[in-house]
Amino acid sequence: MSGLTRKDIGGFLARQGILVAFVLFIIGFTIANARFLDPDNIMGVVRSSAILGVMALGVTFVVISGNLDLSVGSMMSFSTIVVLDLHDKIGPALAIPAMFAMTLCLGAFIGFLVGYLKLNSLIVTLGMLSAIHGLTLTYSGGKNMDIADKEGTWFSVFGQGEALGLPVPILIFVLLAAVLGMLLSKMPFGRKVYAVGGNGTAATFSGIRRARVVFGCYLISAFCVATAGLIQASRSLGSQNTVGQGLELEVLAAVILGGASLMGGSGTIFKTVVGVLILGFIQNGLLLMGLQFYVQYVVTWIIIILAVWLDIAAKRGKLWSPIA
Amino acid sequence: MTEQIPVLRLEGIVKTFPGVRALDGVSLSIMPGEVHALMGENGAGKSTLMKVLGGIHQPDEGRIIIEEQPVVMAGPLDAKAKGIVFIHQELSLADELSVAENIYLGELPRKRFGLVDWAELEAKTNGILEKLKVGFDAKTRVGDLSIANQQMVEIARALTVDAKAVIFDEPTASLTDAEKTVLFEVIADLKAQGVGIAYISHRMEEIFRITDRISVLRDGQYQGTVNTGDTDEEGVTHMMIGRKLDLSRNESHHELGNVALEVRGLSCGDLYRDVSFELRRGEVVGFYGLVGAGRTEIAETLFGLRDPSAGTILLDGEEVRIHSPHDAIERGISLVPEDRKAQGLVLGMNCRDNMTLPQVDDLKAGPFVADGAEIAIFDQYRDKLDIRTPGWKQLVGNLSGGNQQKIVIGKWLSMHPNVLIVDEPTRGIDVGSKAEIHNLIRDLAAQGYAVIVISSEMPEVLHVSDRIVAMYSGRIMRTFTSEEVTEENLIAAISGLETQKVA
Repeated sequence: MSGLTRKDIGGFLARQGILVAFVLFIIGFTIANARFLDPDNIMGVVRSSAILGVMALGVTFVVISGNLDLSVGSMMSFSTIVVLDLHDKIGPALAIPAMFAMTLCLGAFIGFLVGYLKLNSLIVTLGMLSAIHGLTLTYSGGKNMDIADKEGTWFSVFGQGEALGLPVPILIFVLLAAVLGMLLSKMPFGRKVYAVGGNGTAATFSGIRRARVVFGCYLISAFCVATAGLIQASRSLGSQNTVGQGLELEVLAAVILGGASLMGGSGTIFKTVVGVLILGFIQNGLLLMGLQFYVQYVVTWIIIILAVWLDIAAKRGKLWSPIA
Repeated sequence: MTEQIPVLRLEGIVKTFPGVRALDGVSLSIMPGEVHALMGENGAGKSTLMKVLGGIHQPDEGRIIIEEQPVVMAGPLDAKAKGIVFIHQELSLADELSVAENIYLGELPRKRFGLVDWAELEAKTNGILEKLKVGFDAKTRVGDLSIANQQMVEIARALTVDAKAVIFDEPTASLTDAEKTVLFEVIADLKAQGVGIAYISHRMEEIFRITDRISVLRDGQYQGTVNTGDTDEEGVTHMMIGRKLDLSRNESHHELGNVALEVRGLSCGDLYRDVSFELRRGEVVGFYGLVGAGRTEIAETLFGLRDPSAGTILLDGEEVRIHSPHDAIERGISLVPEDRKAQGLVLGMNCRDNMTLPQVDDLKAGPFVADGAEIAIFDQYRDKLDIRTPGWKQLVGNLSGGNQQKIVIGKWLSMHPNVLIVDEPTRGIDVGSKAEIHNLIRDLAAQGYAVIVISSEMPEVLHVSDRIVAMYSGRIMRTFTSEEVTEENLIAAISGLETQKVA
């Protein structure tokens, strides 16, 4: 018998499902609204994906090391509020490093709990999601934070400036992706991240100090969050306490969509960038179709479920199997 | 005599994976009431054949025939429904459930309203357990049983269906001699009931003790079937690897160097007490004893995985404290661990990256890992250890057991350790690779390495060691030189017959 069997199609969908779904989305969106493929629109998507993308780069490290980071959304709110507040108090040149230092402290604290005390990362970072939100509200007294002189500050360059013909947020995203991509794929630390996530016991038996590696991953994640907070603050020059709320799930969706396994040990920076872009285009397409932005929340959830399912399916080579 | 039909017959089974012809026209038949050994080196295709039989893989060509009826195996449950039952090396039991619940999992007897009929369940289970003559009952929690008894639970589970053929995959890997005897009695009972039994094992003495016929696979190809009575170890080995094996005792003697490692009065809680020994360069010291005698725990202490409660460790005459594997590696101690899949390898990582993992910090070109240096190390040890892999990019998880073990050994040799500890170097490895690894260990000693070999296999310890430390219940009972050791005095020492003398 010639032709494709159901099983062949199932296997193909299992391996390439995300791409197939993406292509279908693109075709659908283009039919629904011709503006979707307009260069300006594409640029807009990339630009608005930059904040999410920067955060996803850091979370990629955490996920490959076999852990989760659900605190990045509320941590990003914290960074944004802190840098905006300090901007008027000590000036942008000091506010930025101060904000980075505080955010890295939060990352170090999580890294200590997960790496050295070996607590479950889901519980630790879920708790931190709430705790950091409380911290932010305490810091701001619950008020929105605004820069007094929005016209006269150079601080706006990170979110609104352009260089080399590209918006600065995109440049930061690309630069950080390049550096972290090198770190992950070419440097000893990256190799250790894969080993710890792939088989933590074997990594320990190979002399790798697992706690340090996990700690390092959370520091990197916090650094990326601080960078995202900087872009966010600089773009809007004012912010609510909840600016990063819900981003943790979108970030995770992008990382998984890129193909990193939640079991740890696999994934790359490049794939995460692809995941970020797919997510960005889908959300943009939904907006262009005239759907309300809150539809995104449901769609993001659907995408996570789809990505996790296809991740398992790709390993089995079929969409459904009676045994795990 | 009536003509018997095979309970299970395979005809021309072919199974290919990308780049590998794992099974190349394998045919064999299992008669009712026979114990049929299936042998072959790791990578010969035994596991693939089992997966085809269990419906996990579908054959590309060929047929599976049960009692003259060609069948398609849709999956493990289907295989069981058709009367083909597997007893795996790795057990698949739920620790927290009782023996009875495990045995009837998925088919618990019911009362009204879908409630479980516990009385019936217990009665049925105890009926089966009586047949097996085991010392536990239906209510025992499976997690509280020894490995051997857990295996009995698996067998009991097999007996709940009308089994036509039972396939044992390395069932004795973690059993003591007494437990093996019980297992063999059970196999004999099954045999007497006319069940066909396929028995996969690397252990020759068992094969010759219990099987009727032996079929051999090599590189996916069926090599033939012989009556067990018509052949001997050498003959089977020859079929498996196509050459002869050296099973002799270590008789090589070369100059020993200085003392590389000295241990004085080392204790670790109840695990082992007052352990003292020394190890010279150029020497292989074998640690022999029963499982639980404290051998692995000593290795783990030397490698920084356990802190000792008393005693000192001296490396090259200098007292050291080792708190982590990282410390141990920096001081030149390497450990090839007992469980290569759990402790030795990152299975989802490629061969090269696994091999260079402990020294990845030292192989740098600028800030980056030096690709060329890594590949050079991999190539060097691939050639030296004869590791068979398509290339360094191959994932370690795709290699056979013997090749995986060589990757672990290569990983530590490339560190040029002062002290190399090898825990169960050939567990689950075929005879051919075994001999290669034994020779390798001897070569290392000749090159001046100080080596500790921990093993539960007497021929292995005899074959590779210059001296043998016999342990029983956390204590060193006696140290033998290779001249004075005999099987009898070694067994006496490790089974505690000399306890009185020491206490």
